[in-house]
Amino acid sequence: MIEETIALTRREVKKWMKNPFLLFMMFVQPVVWLGLFGKALNLTSLISVPPDLLAQLPPQFRDQVPILLNQMISETFGGTTDYFTYMAAGMLSVIVLFTAMFSGMSIVWDRRFGFLNKLLVAPIPRGSIVLAKVSSSVIRSIFQVLLIFSIAFAFGLQVGDAFGILDFFGMLAALFLLSLGLSSLFLAVAIRIKSHETVVAVANLLNLPLMFASNALFPIKQMPEWLQTVANFNPLSYAGNAVRAFILHSSAGFDVAKVAADFQFLIGFALIFSLVGILIARTGLRKG
Amino acid sequence: MHIVEANNLTKRFGTLVAVDHVSFSVEESEIFGFLGPNGAGKTTTINMLTTLLNPTEGSAKVGGFDVKKQDAEVRGIIGLVPQDLTVDEDLTGMENMMLQAKLYHVPTKVAKERIAEALGLVGLTDSANRKVETYSGGMRKRLELAEGLIHRPKVLFLDEPTLGLDVQTRVVIWEYIKKLRDEQRITMFLTTHYMEEADILCDRIAIIDQGKIVALDTPQNLKDSLGGDIIELEFNIKTDDHTKTLNSLPQVKEVKKIGDMYRIKVSKGEKALPEIIENMLKMNLRINRVLLVKPTLDQVYLEYTGRSLRETQGETGEVWRRMRTLRRVRG
Repeated sequence: MIEETIALTRREVKKWMKNPFLLFMMFVQPVVWLGLFGKALNLTSLISVPPDLLAQLPPQFRDQVPILLNQMISETFGGTTDYFTYMAAGMLSVIVLFTAMFSGMSIVWDRRFGFLNKLLVAPIPRGSIVLAKVSSSVIRSIFQVLLIFSIAFAFGLQVGDAFGILDFFGMLAALFLLSLGLSSLFLAVAIRIKSHETVVAVANLLNLPLMFASNALFPIKQMPEWLQTVANFNPLSYAGNAVRAFILHSSAGFDVAKVAADFQFLIGFALIFSLVGILIARTGLRKG
Repeated sequence: MHIVEANNLTKRFGTLVAVDHVSFSVEESEIFGFLGPNGAGKTTTINMLTTLLNPTEGSAKVGGFDVKKQDAEVRGIIGLVPQDLTVDEDLTGMENMMLQAKLYHVPTKVAKERIAEALGLVGLTDSANRKVETYSGGMRKRLELAEGLIHRPKVLFLDEPTLGLDVQTRVVIWEYIKKLRDEQRITMFLTTHYMEEADILCDRIAIIDQGKIVALDTPQNLKDSLGGDIIELEFNIKTDDHTKTLNSLPQVKEVKKIGDMYRIKVSKGEKALPEIIENMLKMNLRINRVLLVKPTLDQVYLEYTGRSLRETQGETGEVWRRMRTLRRVRG
């Protein structure tokens, strides 16, 4: 089982590692997202007082107002006054979501091109086919996360003053759990689908709402109540919270209880969805 | 023991009966062919024998294992070269082969030897380290064949092994299949809708039409069942009737005189023709014109299904509808 899973995972990883165009796109996509979205939609700069207006205030308020505003922004944006930092942390969860979608699509391609049949006539456990898809998707997610993190850093991501190697691995752990759950979910959804069009339609239907109804790009508190309810069940929000807590780790303090709660949710999500997803996917490979 | 045995094997997709109570058996190291038009149920049969589909009714055994109840055991002794090209385009030929070896638990050291040998056999040694996306259709098919052999299967299933290939490549693949059978004693089960392929390659052929086997025998016997070869003769002396003379020869089965021409039915044309000519010369009869007509499998097919196979390919009605439905349900 393990040997076959490794062989099949290697196939998947080789497929994109040896594809220069895909690697280039993997690099360009986050640059575009971070550059356009993160820098252009500088939401936090909207909440600032122009200097000439500030000058009209009585001197005793002049120093207070910016401090107050910054506090307000920081509270809304989970501890940062820089929207780019806020958004870059959210993008890490979003890219995990997009990569998970690919894992679902790739099984449809394999079915379409007959590769899946070749695996099904081989004397290997069915589970290894499914496991290999999930594990290669997780590997790719982590690779993308590292890439985005480096790019965001180059673009001016402001990490907290106490950010260290443990926070870095904590962040990866949260995203790993998210990827495991989402990859299994998409694989289970795609397993019986036979056409590319259908799987793309289904993926888009799930992807965009999952992305927007989360704290990835915008704080949940500012959303209408019904959307807040959705966002509070969205695993992307929990991964987003945890990732932000690690990135913005400051000497002023670290809310261990809150991060632990996020992890609790993520672990539950990853466990349930990977188990159920892999079971569904396995039965999905059954004979007609 | 028969290495492949099917008993009333049946597959229904909704109301469509793709394979209809088919029974046959294949001997060890035989090349057994399923001949029929597109949509006749050939691939569905292969899919059932290779455990990709469960039969709706009936049973089949491969290597003594039941395809439904012992599917894991069956998968251990078979190889499948599918109709579609399923080699991974993004990998090199070598990587594809190594992956296949891993899936069949061939130890790396043994795998390397066998891969080198198999790639040599199919003439892909030089392109082994190129990505498959640079391969031509024929090369991909050859790689696919090489893959099917890496674990030394007892039975190799070949679904339309030369579909869409040019004539030269087709001949190379035929030679390769024969060589494998001769050298490694692998049983081959193949489907085809090419007459020449079935004729040249197969030891025995089952003609399948609309899910049913309508005839099953060696290509020669199938052709002989039409009544043998036809020799057409014209003599220099046209005034006499030579029917009686011809009928007295042991090789001749039947003689018909059409105008000045004699239409003679014999069983083995190439052998009978010189003997007949010799006999005629002894009787001082000279021959002006001679023609040997060999019965083709196409005529056999016509005889058993009432339709010509070539005609059937072009028919836009029933067969294509059947094929579309099959494609859809097979997925």
